[in-house]
Amino acid sequence: MRRALAAATLLALPLGACGGDDDEGTSSSAEKPRLVVSAAASMTEALGACSPEFADATVRLSFAGSDELAAQIRQGVKPDVYAAANTKLPDELNQEGLLGKPVEFATNELVLAVPKDSRIASVEDLTGDDVTIAIGSESVPIGSYTRETLAKLPAAESRAILANVRSNEPDVKGIVGKLTQGAVDAGFVYVTDVNAAGEDLKAIDLPPEVEPQVTYAAGVVKGAEQPQQAQTYLDGLLDGTCAGALRDAGFGSAP
Amino acid sequence: MRWFPAALFLALAVALTFLTLPVVAIFVESSPAELLDSLGERGALDALWLSLRTTAAALAIIVIVGTPAAYLLATRSFRGKAVLVTLVELPLVLPPAVAGIALLASIGPEGLLGGAVEAAGVELTLATAGVVVALTFVASPFYVRQAMAAFASVDRTLLDASRTLGASEARGFIRVMIPVAMPGLVAGGALALGRALGEFGATLMFAGSFQGITQTVPLAIYDRFGTDFQGALALSAVLVAVSGAILLSVKLVQRSEVLGGAPR
Repeated sequence: MRRALAAATLLALPLGACGGDDDEGTSSSAEKPRLVVSAAASMTEALGACSPEFADATVRLSFAGSDELAAQIRQGVKPDVYAAANTKLPDELNQEGLLGKPVEFATNELVLAVPKDSRIASVEDLTGDDVTIAIGSESVPIGSYTRETLAKLPAAESRAILANVRSNEPDVKGIVGKLTQGAVDAGFVYVTDVNAAGEDLKAIDLPPEVEPQVTYAAGVVKGAEQPQQAQTYLDGLLDGTCAGALRDAGFGSAP
Repeated sequence: MRWFPAALFLALAVALTFLTLPVVAIFVESSPAELLDSLGERGALDALWLSLRTTAAALAIIVIVGTPAAYLLATRSFRGKAVLVTLVELPLVLPPAVAGIALLASIGPEGLLGGAVEAAGVELTLATAGVVVALTFVASPFYVRQAMAAFASVDRTLLDASRTLGASEARGFIRVMIPVAMPGLVAGGALALGRALGEFGATLMFAGSFQGITQTVPLAIYDRFGTDFQGALALSAVLVAVSGAILLSVKLVQRSEVLGGAPR
């Protein structure tokens, strides 16, 4: 079993690396310990900006869909911190004894994103015959938030929108890429992704009655090599450099 | 000096363990019952069928265009040939993500020729045709490279003899060069087939992921990885079995090949 598990880990590592970006912390001091942070792809810009300033350790960031990062942890991969785009995955890992008590540290907002010169102005415009849409795959938080929202719309409208979906992307960055490359007309992403995409995209707010509650939670991974620094990093997400970077990127403070 | 053969055996043992352990684990960790279950699932069947169709289409394009191109490169010498060969082989060393970006930048909706593609009424991004394009791009150098080597190693006197006997170059190409180079062409085709079957990054970036349209087996495996590890394992086992069967049948075909040709 141990051998099989080790082999599965070998398989899981390159797979995970395909989906997200591995960012090496740029801090130069070699004597500092290395802290590995697995974070949801939607935090790529925010955590990438603040992590080099983390004083206690050289932070190595690994971004991918929250579900993929959770699957890696279940397969025995041990980052020090796991930060997800929902509370469900950290709660599950906590119950399985793989993650310390999860802390809610930020909120986000699901929006409809379109190119800035788009004629689409509301969710209803997505039902047209010639509209193409990219959403998150069912397993990744952005995909389940999107399906949650669509389920609250009138059934016919929700069906028409789902019929226009052309790609189920494994993480939110994939949706943004399809949008900025003009491959689709619209996509459901977080407001922070629209901010990060700069001038190319604009966000259309969803009607409040269908908007999902998007809460981010993180925890220290059980058996982390640097539990102390991991806890400090986690605290910093709530109140510190990274909290500031998250606010700058458009994340809300913890509920 | 007995240490040298011992070192060779040790190197082989290390390589064999490293290369087979992950593959063995896929089968150990997924029971036959689970394997059948996952195959009965609609999404898995769609992915498998799509992978087979797109790979077959890509291979057809690669062979039809690649064979004459490789013949030309192998039999003519001209200025700048080395540069040309390098350009043709370049996708071989490109990371799949770079291939995806490159395809978007060239024939994506916002790409260099995006307008022309759209004007021609061809839908590539997020369409099955886009998967075929991605597979063809990443897999063709594997075939062209091997085909060039096969053509280059054919004894030129064979072709010259056919020319002396009055055969045109076209006839010599079809009747002499292709049969003699066949084992090499088959081997190149198998490599391209394997590469196309396993393509992931370029497909995801250029064609997206949608069940039955663009979600090939590797994409379906990745989709399951987060929530359904057993399903991902089972589908991986199927892909390994199919790829293994292709490799094996090519080896058998080559062994029973009576046409001779370049010993490889």
